[in-house]
Amino acid sequence: MRRGLPGRCAASGASKKRRTDRRALEYFSMNWRGVGQLARDRLAGAALIALACVMAWEATRLPVGSLAAPGPGYWPLALAIALGGFAAIVFLARTSPPVEQIGWKEAPRAAVVLAACVFAALAIERLGYRLTVFAVLVVLLAVVERRHPAAAMAVALAIALGSYFLFADLLRVPLPRGPAGI
Amino acid sequence: MIDTVYNLMTGFSVALQPQMLLFATVGCIIGTLVGMLPGVGPLAGISLLLPATFGLDPTTAIILLGGIYYGAMYGGSTTSILMRIPGEAASVMTCIDGYAMTQNGRGGPALTIAAIGSFVAGTISVIGLMLLAPPLAALALRFGPPEYFALLTLGLLVLAVMSGGSTPKTLAMAALGLFLGTIGIDLMTGFFRFQYGVVELSDGLGIVPVAVGLFGISEIMLTAGRENPPVVQKPKLRDLPPSAVELRQAAAPVARGTVLGFLIGIIPGSAHIISAFVSYALERRISKHPERFGHGAVAGVAGPESANNAAACGAFVPMLALGVPSGPIPAVMLAALMVHGIAPGPLLMDQEPRLFWGFIASMYVGNLVLLILNLPLVGLFINLLRIPYAYLYPAIAVFCVLGVYAVNQNVVDVWIMVAMGALGYVLRKFDFEVAPIVLGVVLSPMLETALRQSLAMSSGDYAILIQRPISATMLALTASLCIVALAPILRDADGWRRRLGLER
Repeated sequence: MRRGLPGRCAASGASKKRRTDRRALEYFSMNWRGVGQLARDRLAGAALIALACVMAWEATRLPVGSLAAPGPGYWPLALAIALGGFAAIVFLARTSPPVEQIGWKEAPRAAVVLAACVFAALAIERLGYRLTVFAVLVVLLAVVERRHPAAAMAVALAIALGSYFLFADLLRVPLPRGPAGI
Repeated sequence: MIDTVYNLMTGFSVALQPQMLLFATVGCIIGTLVGMLPGVGPLAGISLLLPATFGLDPTTAIILLGGIYYGAMYGGSTTSILMRIPGEAASVMTCIDGYAMTQNGRGGPALTIAAIGSFVAGTISVIGLMLLAPPLAALALRFGPPEYFALLTLGLLVLAVMSGGSTPKTLAMAALGLFLGTIGIDLMTGFFRFQYGVVELSDGLGIVPVAVGLFGISEIMLTAGRENPPVVQKPKLRDLPPSAVELRQAAAPVARGTVLGFLIGIIPGSAHIISAFVSYALERRISKHPERFGHGAVAGVAGPESANNAAACGAFVPMLALGVPSGPIPAVMLAALMVHGIAPGPLLMDQEPRLFWGFIASMYVGNLVLLILNLPLVGLFINLLRIPYAYLYPAIAVFCVLGVYAVNQNVVDVWIMVAMGALGYVLRKFDFEVAPIVLGVVLSPMLETALRQSLAMSSGDYAILIQRPISATMLALTASLCIVALAPILRDADGWRRRLGLER
């Protein structure tokens, strides 16, 4: 009995944990469904009100001055208040379709495009224009779009070298070079 | 009048130089290609090619950018008519009857009518611009800070009311744009605002990274993963001429679209888009056969196409005469002038007559180039759309990075573009318009300076804004517009408790 007790305790503890997990999952999924059923404009309005609050707080860290003699923080504060006001109207005044009706089918690819731009920002001055463009295009074409690697590399090379020739050599736009002047 | 003719002759002596002709033609061709590409509208196209103009003198640069602008307006209509793909927003209305005409086997005549309509509207609007800009600039010389403040406020509000979307949403975006425009050094006190230790932000957010991010990158993000392009219909050269009946049907809509477009174009806002919508609605309302609209009505192509081209020219009136951009595209053009060390404003005409009148004369040339070049070459241009989108969008994304980086050779601009791309993507998912953000970023320093200078002039008395007749009139207009825009919302205000679920 004594020996069984911890076992039973352990079993009941595990099932309790499972129940808790399930409840937590249900709670979160219910809440997520709640967010999904929220009107689109209501969510957007709430987010903009929050943004306006942050903007107003940041503006008040600057000298605001007075109505008659505005300081550097006056105009941003006025704009934050205006944004908050319009966002409140968006929040209250319109009935719009629920958030879950927004299609996010393209979101994964959109995220990859954004990640490619982030990579370009990180790499352009380190690897140079040509290598960065080549790498970005090869990844987008061969990995994301599943084009034949040889075709992807050929297109990437042509665009990287061709655009560099057009802009840097012909139009004299200064573009960064990478290691060994590539 | 004699002065205007003399000045125009000076302009033509600039615009007809072989080098200028070449750049106007190149601009029109690039613009047509840019206008055809879904995802790269005239704004993103001009922003991307801005660095390529740095090596040119200011007059050549502005003529090239002008060519890209009206080339893009024309390119957008070609894809609308042949493929039902609006290359840019103003061509949406052309899709309806233009594509219907293509399905009825009249795609060639639809293209010709659009080209002739655009040419007529463009040419007549340039005459309007030529006659209106000088007196407006003379009037603007009497403008002080209070008048500029009133004018800019009116412009922003007109944009919000006429943008077609929800007014509170557009105003919220304008406020966000104006706030973003406060980043950098405060011009009156030298205080750093919202810089967070990033030295590159001292000069504020650049218009190019903001515009390319909000329009270019967000569009690529929204359209990435699209299937292969649809079937392209290529009209032959002999199919292009319209019949006499079609030409007769197009004449009156072209005239109405031209007047309407030019008048709407002068008003700040996304004029060329609004003008196409208004023209289509007008043509349908006054037509004896409204049932033909949607099934290939000639007026449904001629009216909106003329209106959007006329509005594109009209938008240059406040830009050239007052130095005030009436939309995101003139804002980028103004930025281009400033990069070349030219101060836009009412004095531009006197200080830079070659640039001012050369640009106006180049518009005539550009319109003619578009008419001569684009119709015979339409089959060639359309091949661009045969490139699979899987190859096209990575290349466009790379050109966005290139264009933004090359303006200042500054990687912070690329980061701003990335942030604006993500912001634009989310905002467009939630049905917000992003154009007011771009305009807000440009107008914010002008508006703030005008307000604070006005207060400095009056020792802090706000009455200065309503004591001067011009600013009082403009502010009265602003207030009336505010009431018109917000009245439906206030009338409906009783329902807010019910909608929030506080009442049953």
